[in-house]
Order: sequence, then C-alpha cells, then structure tokens
Amino acid sequence: MNTELLGIIATYAITLLIAFPLGRYIAKVFAGQRTLLDFMGPLERGIFRFCGIDPREEMNWKQHLKALLTINMLWFVYAFFLLIFQDKLPLNPDQNVGQTPDLAFNTAISFLVNCNLQHYSGESGVTYFTQLFVITFLQFVSAATGIAALVAVFKALRQKTTSQLGNFWDHLLKTTTRILLPICIVIAGILAFRGTPASFAGKDTIVTLQGDTVQVSRGPAAGMIAIKHLGTNGGGWFGANSIHPLENPDYLTNMTEAIAQLIIPIAMVFALGFFIQRKKFAYVIFGVMTAGMLALLIPTIISEVGGNPAISQMGISQATGAMEGKEVRFGPTATAYWSTITTIVSTGSVNGFHDSTMPMTGMMQLIAMMTNCFYGGCGVGILNYFIFIIIAVFISGLMVGRTPEFMGHKVEAREMKIAAIIALLHPFLILAGTALSSFAIAHGWGAGWATQPGAWLNNPGYHGFSEMLYEYTSAAANNGSGFEGLTDNNIFWNVSTGFVLILSRFLPIIGPVAIAGILASKKHVPESAGTLRTDTATFGIMTFAVIVIIAALAFFPALALGPIAEYFSLY
Amino acid sequence: MKTKDNKLFPADLVKVALSQSFVKLNPRLLIRNPVMFTVELGTLVMLIVTLYTAFSNDASQGSFGYNLTVFIVLLLTVLFGNFAEAIAEARGKAQAESLRKTREDTPAKKVLAVGEIFTDEIKVVPSSQLHKGDLFVCEPGDVIPADGEIVKGLASIDESAITGESAPVIREAGGDKSSVVGGTKVLSDRIVVRVSAGAGESFLDKMIALVEGASRQKTPNEIALTILLASFTLVFIIVCVTLKPFADFAQTPITIAAFISLFVCLIPTTIGGLLSAIGIAGMDRALRANVITKSGKAVETAGDVDVLLLDKTGTITIGNRKATNFYPTNGYDTAEFIRYSVLGSLADETPEGKSIVELAGREVSSSLSLNGAQLVPFTAETRSSGINMSNGTRIRKGAFDAIRNLSAKAGNDFPADTAEMVKKISGNGGTPLVVSVNDKVTGVIELQDIIKPGISERFERLRRMGVKTVMVTGDNPLTAKFIADKAGVDDFIAEAKPEDKMAYIRKEQQSGRLVAMMGDGTNDAPALAQADVGVAMNSGTQAAKEAGNMVDLDNDPTKLIEIVEIGKQLLMTRGTLTTFSIANDVAKYFAIVPALFILSVPALQGINIMNLHSPETAILSAVIFNAIIIPLLIPLALRGVAYKPIGASALLRRNLVIYGLGGVVVPFIGIKLIDMVVALFF
Repeated sequence: MNTELLGIIATYAITLLIAFPLGRYIAKVFAGQRTLLDFMGPLERGIFRFCGIDPREEMNWKQHLKALLTINMLWFVYAFFLLIFQDKLPLNPDQNVGQTPDLAFNTAISFLVNCNLQHYSGESGVTYFTQLFVITFLQFVSAATGIAALVAVFKALRQKTTSQLGNFWDHLLKTTTRILLPICIVIAGILAFRGTPASFAGKDTIVTLQGDTVQVSRGPAAGMIAIKHLGTNGGGWFGANSIHPLENPDYLTNMTEAIAQLIIPIAMVFALGFFIQRKKFAYVIFGVMTAGMLALLIPTIISEVGGNPAISQMGISQATGAMEGKEVRFGPTATAYWSTITTIVSTGSVNGFHDSTMPMTGMMQLIAMMTNCFYGGCGVGILNYFIFIIIAVFISGLMVGRTPEFMGHKVEAREMKIAAIIALLHPFLILAGTALSSFAIAHGWGAGWATQPGAWLNNPGYHGFSEMLYEYTSAAANNGSGFEGLTDNNIFWNVSTGFVLILSRFLPIIGPVAIAGILASKKHVPESAGTLRTDTATFGIMTFAVIVIIAALAFFPALALGPIAEYFSLY
Repeated sequence: MKTKDNKLFPADLVKVALSQSFVKLNPRLLIRNPVMFTVELGTLVMLIVTLYTAFSNDASQGSFGYNLTVFIVLLLTVLFGNFAEAIAEARGKAQAESLRKTREDTPAKKVLAVGEIFTDEIKVVPSSQLHKGDLFVCEPGDVIPADGEIVKGLASIDESAITGESAPVIREAGGDKSSVVGGTKVLSDRIVVRVSAGAGESFLDKMIALVEGASRQKTPNEIALTILLASFTLVFIIVCVTLKPFADFAQTPITIAAFISLFVCLIPTTIGGLLSAIGIAGMDRALRANVITKSGKAVETAGDVDVLLLDKTGTITIGNRKATNFYPTNGYDTAEFIRYSVLGSLADETPEGKSIVELAGREVSSSLSLNGAQLVPFTAETRSSGINMSNGTRIRKGAFDAIRNLSAKAGNDFPADTAEMVKKISGNGGTPLVVSVNDKVTGVIELQDIIKPGISERFERLRRMGVKTVMVTGDNPLTAKFIADKAGVDDFIAEAKPEDKMAYIRKEQQSGRLVAMMGDGTNDAPALAQADVGVAMNSGTQAAKEAGNMVDLDNDPTKLIEIVEIGKQLLMTRGTLTTFSIANDVAKYFAIVPALFILSVPALQGINIMNLHSPETAILSAVIFNAIIIPLLIPLALRGVAYKPIGASALLRRNLVIYGLGGVVVPFIGIKLIDMVVALFF
C-alpha cells in the first residue's frame, strides 16, 4: 500500500480514536454527569447570572426554537452592521474597506448559518476586528447552535413521554465552554507551532526567489482556523482557504484540520448512543454514514489518482495523478479525502481547487452535499439524518404490518407532513436556484446588471452548469465550499444564495426538533416482538436506500447535464 | 363457514368496475388522490399536444403517432388506477349485498299496538317498511325480516344463511342470547322481536356505505401515507419543472411528451393507483371472514393490537370439560369401576356425563342395560347425580365433599389413596368426580378442560407477531393458571367479572398498548367500547354490537386472531407496494434521462445502461411499464401480502429483498423487454 493511502487511513483512524471517547464525554456533559471540565462551572454560572438566565428552567420544543431563532436573528443584525462599518473600526492594519450591503448580507448570513460561503477574500474583504468578532464569533456560536438543537432532540428521544427538552441556553453555553473552546485551544496550538500566523501585525513583505516583491497577509489566524474546522464552518482566514501555505502549512496540519472537522460530527453519533442508552442504534447510524462516506470517497480517490485522460492522450505521464489545482505537499489522495469529508460534513474548507477536480470527483462532492447527512455538520448532520429515519420508519413500519412507530411513539400525519416538507426543501432550493440562474443565462436576462449573467461562468457547457449547481448545492447544504470559477460577488448571487442559506439552515433545524418534540409528547408504546427495530443492519440498509432514492435520485437529471455529461465526454 | 367465491375478477364485477373506471375520471372524484390527479392533468396536456401535432406541421413536439401513444398510455394509467379502486369496491359491495339480499323484501308480521280491530293486531308488511323500535312476530318457518332483539319468547333459529353453521341455535328474550339477525329462519316456537335497525341502517348497510366512495373516510395511516406520496409527487414536479431551464441552458430541446412522461414515471403512481383498493380490500377480506367492520380504521388498528383478551371457553378450550381418566380406589377392579361409572352416566345428558361414556368406549356401554333403573338427577343440595338400579344398587357421582358426606353418613371411610388422587387432579387443573357404589367410594374420574387442538401453535404465532394473549375465565386462579400454561397464553384473568376485563384493558392501555377483545353480553359492552378493537358476536346483544367496532357473524371466538392478521396484511400491503413503487424510479431514471438529452449530448449514451433502442422507444417503454404494472399488481393489492410471523426484523428483511430489491430490478427487465417490442413500431 502506498504512503499516500496510508496517510488518509491513519487520519481517519485517529479521527475515530478521538471521536469515540469524545462522544461519551459529550453525552456526560449534557446528562449533567461529572467530567474533567467541571472547573468551567463557575465561569458558566457567572455568565448565566450576568444574563439573568436560569439554566435549570426546562423548555419544551417550541420554547427551544423560539430562543434559538431569537438569538440567531440578533447575531445576524450584529454581524451585518459590523461588516458594513468595519473600515471605521479598530484592528484594521491593512486599511480594508467596509463591505457592500449585499455582500455583508451574504457574509453575515453565511457565517450565522454555519455555511461560510465566502463571496469575499479574507485578505481584503474583512479586517482583523471583524475576522475575530464577527467571523470567529459566529463560527463558535453557529456550531454551538446546531449542537444545542440536537441535544434537545437527544433529550426528547431519551424520555418515554416528556415535554421538557432541557434548556437551550444551557446547551449553547456548555457546548462552547466544554466542547468547542478546549479542543480549539489544542488545535490552534498545533497550527501555530507549525507556522500558522497568530499575530496582530499587518502585511509582511517578502522577496521571492524569482526576485519579485510580494505582500503577504497575516493576522491572528490560528484560533480562527481551529474553530473553522472543529465547528464544520469552513470559511478561511485567507481567500485560498486551506490551500494557503499559512492556513495549512504541512501534512501534519493537514491531518490535524481533517481530523478536527470530522471529530464532532462523528462524536455526536456516539454521544446519541450513550445519551439515550441505545448504543446499537448509534452504531447502525454510524455504519450507514460511514458506508455513505466510503461510497463517495472511493470513486473520488480512484478518479483523482488515475489522472486526467486528456493529458494521458497527449502522451504525458501522470505518475502523481491529477495535479491541477492541488498542492504538492498534500498530493491527490489526501486532497481527495479532504474533498469528500469537507462536503459530507458541511465544512466547506478546501485544500485543493474543487473546480479542477475530475468530473467524477465533482459529482461525488455534489452528491455529498445533496445527501448532507453522512456525518453532516455539527449537530445538524444528525438532524438531517433524523428526517430520513422518520421516512424510513414510516415505510418499513408498514412493511412489518404495524402503523409506524419510532422509539415507542407513533409516527402520524403531522410528523409526516413536517418530515416531507424538510425532505422536499433541499432539492427544491438547489434545483430552483440553479434553474433560475440557468434561465437567466439561457434567456439573456440582466442586460443592465453590473455583472451580466453571460459573464458569470468561466467555463462553458457542462462544467459551467456544474459551477452553478455546485454554488446552490453548497449554499443549501450550508457547506460553503465553492466550485469557484463562478463570478459570485454580485447582487444576484449574494442575494439568491443568501435566501437559500437562511431557509436551508433554520427549517431543517425546526423540523426535526418539532418532530422529536411532538413524538416525545405522545403516549409511549412499549416494544414487542412485532415492533420494528431501528437498531438493526436491515433498518440501516432501509435508511440508506431512502437517502439514495430521495436525496440523490432527485438530482439525477441535473447531474446528468453537469458532471455526468462531462465524465462521459472525457472518458 | 360459507363457501367463498374466491375468484378475483368475476366477469359481472369486472363489467361494473370497467364502467366505474370511466366515471371516476371526474376530476372532482379524483382529487382525493393527489398522485393520480396529477397524472390526469398530465393526460389532459398530452391530449392538447396530440391535437396540436395532428393539425399543425410543427415537428418540434414529435410525431402525431408518438404523442397519441403517450396520451393513450397515460389515460390507461389513470384508468388502471380507477379500475383497481372500482374492482375492490365492486367486490366488497357484492360480498355485502349477497349477505343483505337474504333479507330483502321478506314479509314481516308487524305488531300494531292499536290496530284496526284489536290491540296488538298483526299485519303483514314488507320488511322495508319496518322502522327501529317496531315489533314483529315470527313463527316456525318464518324468515326473520330485520335485525332485532327478542322481547318475548324463545325459539330455535337456523342461522346458516349468515354463518354457514347448520346446527340451529337457541335465542330467547332477556339475557345475552336475545339478538336475532335478519335473513335467518325460525325453526320452532313463536317470538316477538323489536327491530333494532330499520331498513338501510343495519351494520351491513353501513358497511356497504363504507365500501362505496361517498362515505369512505381515509384512515389516519392512509392520510399520513398520502402526505408522503404527495411530497414525492411535489419533488418530481420540482425536478421536471426545473429541467426546462436546465435544458435551455444546455441548448437541448425537450418535448412536452418527454417532460410529462418523465414526471408520470417518477411519481409513485403504482401505490397511488392501488392505495384505496388496498384499504377497501382489507375491509372486504374481513367481510369474507364473516366479520363486519364499522370503519376502515378498525381493520388498521387490528394490525397494531398488542394484547388479545380471549375467553377460555370456546376459544382456548372446547366448550366443556371432558373425562380423561378413571382412577379406581386401591384394590378395586378397574373394569368394574368403569362399568359402574358408565352405568351412573348413561342416562346423564350433561356433557360431562356423555364424555364419561365416550371415554369408556362403545363396548362397555353397549353391554350394559338400564332396564328398570331410576334416574337420580343432580340437585344443588346433594351436589351429585346417579342412578338406582333395579337390583337396588345405588350409584352416585359428584363433587369430593358431597360424596365424602354421603359415605360418612353410611359409616364408610373415605379411602386415603382416592383422597390423594382428588388433590392431585385439582392441582393439575382438572375436576375430580368421585364415584360411590352403595355409598362406598370406588374411585374418582378425572375431568379436564380440553384445549383446542392447534391453539397453542396459534398463540405461539401470535407471540412471534408481538401480540400478548390473555385468557379470561371464571375458574379459580389455580385451574386458570394450569390451563393458561398448557395452552401457552401469556397471562390470564381468573374468576373474572366484567369489571375485571375493563380494568385489565384500562391498565394495558395506560401503558400504551392496544387491546382487542371479543364479547357478546350486555355486560361486555363497556369493555368492548373501551377496547381498541372490540369484536361483538352476532349472537350477542344489541348493546354489545353497538359498543364494538366489528361484528363477527360466525360467533367464532378465535376470529380475533384472524382479524389481527388481516390488519397486519393491510398495513404490509401498503408498505411493500410503496417501497416497490419508489424503488421502480431507479430504472425509470436510467430509461428516461438519457433519452431526454442524448440527441444534443451524445456522451450521455454512457448512462443508457439498458441500451434502449431510441429516445422515443425509451420513453414509451417507461410509461407503458409504469401503466401495466398497476393492473399486474391489482391481485396482490386485493389479496394482500402474505403475513409471516417471523419477527419484525426478519419480516422487514424479507419484504425489503422482495419488494425493494425486486422493485429496483423488475423494471430494468420490464422496460428492456417492452422496448424490444416497441422498437418494432418506432
């Protein structure tokens, strides 16, 4: 086996070794059991007292969502205005200008919803002040929001019948103080020691070997890059994201960042098993998610390592695989691995240009975001998966001759309605968005626009179509990576993706929390031999099939016009 | 049981269903089924396109023949779906009608309180003129004109027209056996009956109305499934609508026929077309088992039942106790003991007495003679019965303490070994019957409850379904426990009073379980109403029948088990056909998507994995497959998917392989085969 392959296997193995105990730890934190980090207690109590919040006050699912949406709206307003007026604020050594309202709208939403689609470049689009107090702040709280919502669902699943799902503020704060912050400190330390900048100094000037003078941006980046991955945010300090040598200096930092973005999504699955005391149920979910990851990862690695047939036809050897858009210090396998995990867990950071990957890889990235539940983002991954469980439970419950039930609660019309809306939403946003932009280009819209639709795409044909499809998919999956090659900092893209972002973030949180809350308030039906068991491999396969047929097949015609057409014209 | 017409498609019903298929095209009726409604809209659009291609020279929408074919196939899709519903309705109605026919226009001897000449005058009127509360008289040979309750008299009645059981039954005023059913025949005696349901109000009438579209309510599970199917339909509307700008961008013209075909193929038409047929067929299957359901929901709930309350007598055990063993006292000759036992029982008409004679065998009884003997009947005081032979021999058989008193009075000791045996028999759930000859104890006969053959296998089957069985009996706890263990029920209620049943149901329901029970008496009515599935026996009182949500015409207590299976079958059929329908989409995508783009993007030949002949044939094969799969599955929808009690996980695995994997594979083969045929024409 070659070292490149060994490298990613080691990376994944270390991820699991950390995620499993982390999952048990997270379950303990929210079950209120003793943990190593109990010394955070006084700090948390101080914050609660300052805010006038009683963390022991139990909330039902509606109160949870109300708190969640209110605080998120507040954060949006805060971020929006800071980004517009950042040029008037301190910590701006490079004299960057304030953002335009449509860009600030897009950026504020994008970071609020844990997506981190960036229509600006970190070096010039934001200041150190907004990097820290808008970007980094939102990267923390958006990840914590997702986890806090998921913990409410955990609590709903744990009880036989209850309306009390814990306290949202308690979940939010404990996620930050006991999970995100401590791990971030460790990661930031590793990054800083490997060369990632952590200073407030402005641009540096160097003279390259060729004799050119180059301005190099710096800043207090290490901490932000740590939470960017740990919180599955993905928005880079620098425009080039983790391709940038200062954001991701060497193979070790590459491994660290790859591990950082996967540990919480995987740990949350284990935490579910520990918290509701159904470990086998969690292992089945983990199995399905891992199978999904491998189904996307293996074709990606094969197509990237195999190189580009068009280059082979010219008689040029590609011993290192398809290297366009990739960093020599990572190689095609590590880049392929990264491209898969960053799309399945909605991080969206990149260590190579997705626009340059082979068509098969591009399709795998798209499918990863279209399904959006193989591990998935912090907290929200399992929430997305939960919807598919409900649909799978409904169909397979009937198949065993009972009206469907999940965890001892009947799944009825109201829950089905919510699940159906959420399952519908994702294809709707992606396809409608792409249809809108395709229509604009095909029918010559926007003759008077500053950036005309005809000038949006750098590539014609199938690849250009993939670029648009990718942009909306990334927005709808709250992923944030870009296929790039798309001129996206203009009113059309800023506004349209902005709305996709809001809808695709909050509805998929509201839906599962509401379903879990409604289910938990129903009468508990004890299990019997005739009850459908959801912790078996069979049910796992059923869920997988539901995900494939609903989430992937709806996109088949769109994929056929993009990456599939490109693939078949290349091979 | 009545002989059942098990043909799925009798010619007369098919005719009715065919014409109903067209009537149901009415959009106002079809809108109840969102999936098929959208197909109908698509068909309408195709009609317009077909007419357009017929009268214009515009070739961009494909040839007239091609569009016409697509239009016809889509119309057939809707018609097939309608036919499925219509044939299910027709079958259910025919079944109910055949039961109802027996009592239509029978002459009724109505009692007029104030007549023209006398009070309580009797006037013959057609049964259709009877109203609830009216009184009528039935005499031997009369067919009872309407459902009712006997207010005066006692009669033996032939109920074979309803139940198929030829032995007559006794019905009498007062008590739990007072109910009579229209269409049955009075064999002896005269009864006065009060009408409990006027014409058009009986359970059968209600059932027929349920089967017919008008008053049929969707069950909660049907609603939830319809929501799921509607959302699938919506997804595919989105897929197809957005495809237009995509195709514009790729500069690929797509015909309207192709758009609509893609849409119709992707939406779950198979389950959409069969859904209501499945529900009706469930009620119909119940009716074929001679159970009238008062709502579709009741059948659905039956599939969910967790606990079954079953009466011991008649359900678990054969009616009465039977003699199983002779135990003579030590030193007494066995043959002699049996001879005396039989002598003492020959004239005894009770089931126990008969069973003793039976156990001894024909040789013993035929060798004996009762000439000149005097029968001593059972009385409450002596608690024994017997016979005084002409030679003066007194034979008595009775309860342990009764015979002990008898022998003690005569100065005889009670043999210790027999006393021991009496205890042992009681401990084994049996009843000891001590026999004395001339007030001297000669031995004991063991009477046992006979558990119905095969019943413990049925309980085992229920257990694997996840249904808990509970035996209800008036016996003491010891006997009850013994029989419960032997029959294999999970729990029992001993010395049960009607209130105990009610309390047990409440307790189970509080812990979230669904309970089914069967009952006939008026004192069962509250429990029948409380139970999630209450099956009243047809012979039961009106109150019981009103309280339950099903009526069993056979009065067969084991029917509950069948009802649970019918419910499970109904739910399973829905689930498996939904799975099949959705799994079919994989193949349809691979047929249609390449066909849409192949002309302008030749590279997409790569995903034409079925190697279909041309874009037109690919699309036609997909819609044709989509249409004909509906009638092909009608038999399955009507009969229901076989339920196998192999545990939920194994069942899921089995159905997932058959209907999930099968649903993926079958259309690949089907579409390819159809394409080969269609290619001959296009």
